Amino acid sequence: MFLINCPYCGERDQQEFKAGGEAHIERPKQPTELSDDQWAEYLFMRKNIKGVQFERWNHAHGCRKWFNMARDTSNDEIKAIYKMGEKPPPQ
Amino acid sequence: MTKNLRVKSSEFIDETSRISFKFDGKTYYGFKGDTLASALLANNVHLIGRSFKYHRPRGIMTSGSEEPNAIVQINPNSNITEPNARATEIEIYEGLEASSQNCWPSVNFDIGGINNFLAPFLPAGFYYKTFMWPKSFWEKYEFFIRHSAGLGKSPTTKDPDIYDHRNIHCDVLVVGAGISGILAAKNAAKNNYKTLLLDEKNELGGSIIFETNENKKINNTFSSEWLKKEISELKNIKNLEIKTRTSVAAYHQYNYLLARENLTDHLEKKDKKNKIRQRLLKIRAKKVILATGALERPLVFNNNDRPGIMLSSAVKKYSDFYGVACGVKNIFFTNNDTAYESALSLHNKGIKVDAIIDIRENSDAKIIKKINDAGIKIYWSHTIVDTSGYKRLSDVSIMKLSNDGMSVTGSKTSISCDCLGIAGGWTPAVHLYTQSGNKLTFDEDRNVFVPKADNSAQICVGSCGGDFELDEIIKNLSNKLKNFLNISQTDFEDISLENDKETSKRNIWLLPSDKPNGKTKPFVDYQNDATAKDIKLALREGFRSIEHVKRYTTTGMGTDQGKLGNMHALGIIADTAGVKMGELGTTTFRPPYTPLTFGTIVGRNVGEFFDTFRRTPMNDWHIKNKAEFENVGQWKRAWYYPINDETMHQAVQRESKAARKSAGILDASTLGKIDIQGSDASEFLNRVYTNAWSKLAIGKCRYGLMLNEDGMVFDDGVTTRLGENHYIMTTTTGGAANVLSKLEDYLQTEWPELDVYLTSVTDHFATASLCGPNSKKILNKIIPELDLSDENFPHMSFKEVTIDKIKCRIMRISFTGEQSYEINVPASFGEAIWEKCIEAGKEFDITPYGTETMHLLRAEKGFIIVGQDTDGTMTPIDLQMDWIVSKKKYDFIGKRSLYRSDTMKEDRKQLVGLLTEDPNIVLEEGAQIVSELNQKPVEMLGHVTSSYFSPNLNKSIALAVVKDGKNMMGRKLFVPMENKNISVTVANTVFYDEKNERLNASL
Repeated sequence: MFLINCPYCGERDQQEFKAGGEAHIERPKQPTELSDDQWAEYLFMRKNIKGVQFERWNHAHGCRKWFNMARDTSNDEIKAIYKMGEKPPPQ
Repeated sequence: MTKNLRVKSSEFIDETSRISFKFDGKTYYGFKGDTLASALLANNVHLIGRSFKYHRPRGIMTSGSEEPNAIVQINPNSNITEPNARATEIEIYEGLEASSQNCWPSVNFDIGGINNFLAPFLPAGFYYKTFMWPKSFWEKYEFFIRHSAGLGKSPTTKDPDIYDHRNIHCDVLVVGAGISGILAAKNAAKNNYKTLLLDEKNELGGSIIFETNENKKINNTFSSEWLKKEISELKNIKNLEIKTRTSVAAYHQYNYLLARENLTDHLEKKDKKNKIRQRLLKIRAKKVILATGALERPLVFNNNDRPGIMLSSAVKKYSDFYGVACGVKNIFFTNNDTAYESALSLHNKGIKVDAIIDIRENSDAKIIKKINDAGIKIYWSHTIVDTSGYKRLSDVSIMKLSNDGMSVTGSKTSISCDCLGIAGGWTPAVHLYTQSGNKLTFDEDRNVFVPKADNSAQICVGSCGGDFELDEIIKNLSNKLKNFLNISQTDFEDISLENDKETSKRNIWLLPSDKPNGKTKPFVDYQNDATAKDIKLALREGFRSIEHVKRYTTTGMGTDQGKLGNMHALGIIADTAGVKMGELGTTTFRPPYTPLTFGTIVGRNVGEFFDTFRRTPMNDWHIKNKAEFENVGQWKRAWYYPINDETMHQAVQRESKAARKSAGILDASTLGKIDIQGSDASEFLNRVYTNAWSKLAIGKCRYGLMLNEDGMVFDDGVTTRLGENHYIMTTTTGGAANVLSKLEDYLQTEWPELDVYLTSVTDHFATASLCGPNSKKILNKIIPELDLSDENFPHMSFKEVTIDKIKCRIMRISFTGEQSYEINVPASFGEAIWEKCIEAGKEFDITPYGTETMHLLRAEKGFIIVGQDTDGTMTPIDLQMDWIVSKKKYDFIGKRSLYRSDTMKEDRKQLVGLLTEDPNIVLEEGAQIVSELNQKPVEMLGHVTSSYFSPNLNKSIALAVVKDGKNMMGRKLFVPMENKNISVTVANTVFYDEKNERLNASL
């Protein structure tokens, strides 16, 4: 059970949060102009890395805000937490 | 023939309070402070149970939670009996009843004991190999295997006890209250850290608390005396909370630990009443100090499992702590100095020790001289090659070890004994440490896995950290604490210490015998009866990974999780396969450290507290009017309202007819409601729904379909425009939370530029849905000043009015195909408005109807229910709802996916209506649909999603998803059931009032 530092509320138990998959996948602005393959790339393809992974998290049972997290999947160490729209921190 | 082996009074045992208890039906006596194990030993009872596979007689091996053998059934004759309790942990109380496990008819005469003689035919993997063929016989084999599987018996009735959960936050958590844990907790608390100290035993002090070794002194007194003084000071320290009888079960990431606090298990029945039995502590600690100590290892030699063979440290504890001699003729077998300390301790208490067998060539520790002075014979370089005594150890045979330790030489000597203390060295209890995700490193010199590194949030101290000598423990503890707690000094760094140093070591994982390997039984895992032979067999058969060997041989898979034998298993694998232990690694340590009861895990979340119930404001009325309820998500919804002895079918047929004939009323409060405001609200709806929203006039309602980005239908509902920048969206009852969460997700992460605010108002409004040809007349009675004409208040529009000073939002929308008005009022007025409708509707025989009738009525109209007629693989096109997908809009969620090659396929499963040839047969929902009856294998074309007998059409109707269904109108298909094949015809999804004439008809 992680201890997550919500950028809006502070440290809270993981059970207040919902994980939302890989971060920094932007919805294409002009979906109709994409080929099936390009659209499938956006829709289905996700990374599954051993190491630092960028993820979206939502403080579902709190402020309901979404934010980003850099987490090392090999030891669950949370390397950084930053707000939506912000650039990921350098490795 | 009970012999009293209570040899010396002990300060930890209250001999003034005698306690009677029963074991296997016989009454025994012990004292307050005894465990079941110590009390039985005092009565000279060693035979406690039978082993799992071979049914060999087994006794007490240890004095703690690592016990593999002495597991018993508590309250064996009660239907709330508890299996697999460790006799070494059960504190006795007046009236305690326990019995042996895994034996029939009794522990003394056990039919299953025959397995012991069949052992040559029961090697590792026996079941896998034997019961594979013939395949069809598996069901017959299974009956017998199930019968012999499992230890103990389960309770048969509901657990009557109370359990609890508690969250604890602390600065420093100390696990284990031995000398290291006590000193760590004391120094943390004294330095203003809010500290919690836990120990699984009922006494603080670990093994030092009963240490009277002359060679282990602190400040010139016995270490036990010094430690007692330290413990007595603990109660005066602020910031320190101590919990005994509390075992840490799991250590998760970020210092989140789960512990079980045992509150009443040691009390007699009358004192347990109405008290919480066990409590699960959910601890979040800033810093964790693991002082979990070390477990003594056994030695692996031929027939090392007989009752009377115990760990040397346990023999010592029974004598020093409980004042119980484990035997009258004691010997020890060792590879280190621990056994000497135990032997000397026994000798000093007047318990006879005859000999010590030591695999080492010699040792020059000071304690050796004392043993010699005591007249105890030491056999250096010797090993035990066999033992005898079926239900109790009677003697051991020893031989001289060869120089390489691989074989034995010379002649055999037999030594008579009834208790053998074995000492194979110590294993740091690193279970919790590794559970937390940290790694171990192997110390080749001492043959132990020790924690690799400390960090700023966690340290391992004492023997858990790999320090076994008292002076090392104290010195390293002080240094680690200063660094970890950021303090300049500890209050014990200047104490003077005396202790013997161990100088000589010899480790042999599997000790040789004069018999060939195949003829011996050197047990590694006592509980699962896995021997060294089984491990070697697994390696010969090609298993290499330690995890695979573990599963194949079941080594370490008992309720004790192999706390005693896992190291030997690793050692034997390493030796046999010729790899280094450090490279081999360990199996994964998984929670719980000791078994937890289900009660502790679920705490108070049982029965009606298992999940939250949500009830509508009209709930009391439904109950009063005898509604049956249905669970929809967390909601309790009125399902149908049976009158007198009506069945569900009868009630639903009556309600359905009434709603179309005159008037019905439905509690629709559970529908999800989301308030949407902001200058970009219209644009937002355009992006999330498949149809267009910009032109919806204020005061109008529109049905919308929401897709996932993959193009599949996600939710539906009616949204009403309340103002220029104000909408109220309704969602399905079950989908409300997911819809809000999804909309928030898009708003916050994809379209943060939109000025839109979402608020869930589901619980703020109660909704009464008036429906039927007379609904207009009823509403008119309630609010005569409102013009209900189709011109002023047409279908799909909204009015805000006041009834009896209650603000109401009325939507004229319909899920039944009849004229309907949904009256929304603030939740607290829900029941009032509902009763007002019922009162006004009396003259029209208004009929309350539940969810089942609602489902039937909408099915007559072919309206879908998301989640019933859709399953996450249906696009709007598949649902034949092309009309709701805007062709003009540039984009909306899921639009692009509707043009993927897969979603554009013509022959996808599509929603159609089904009519049975015999109008009285109602199809089963979920039934499969085929076109050919004699084809093998038959192709499944789809399945029935909704099916009812329609009272208004007087025939059976169904909705179904069928492959290429759009092109099958009028085709005859079959629904094969167990006893018959039902002929059906594909039809339009709308069965009733296809032209929607009833919505506006004045009847």
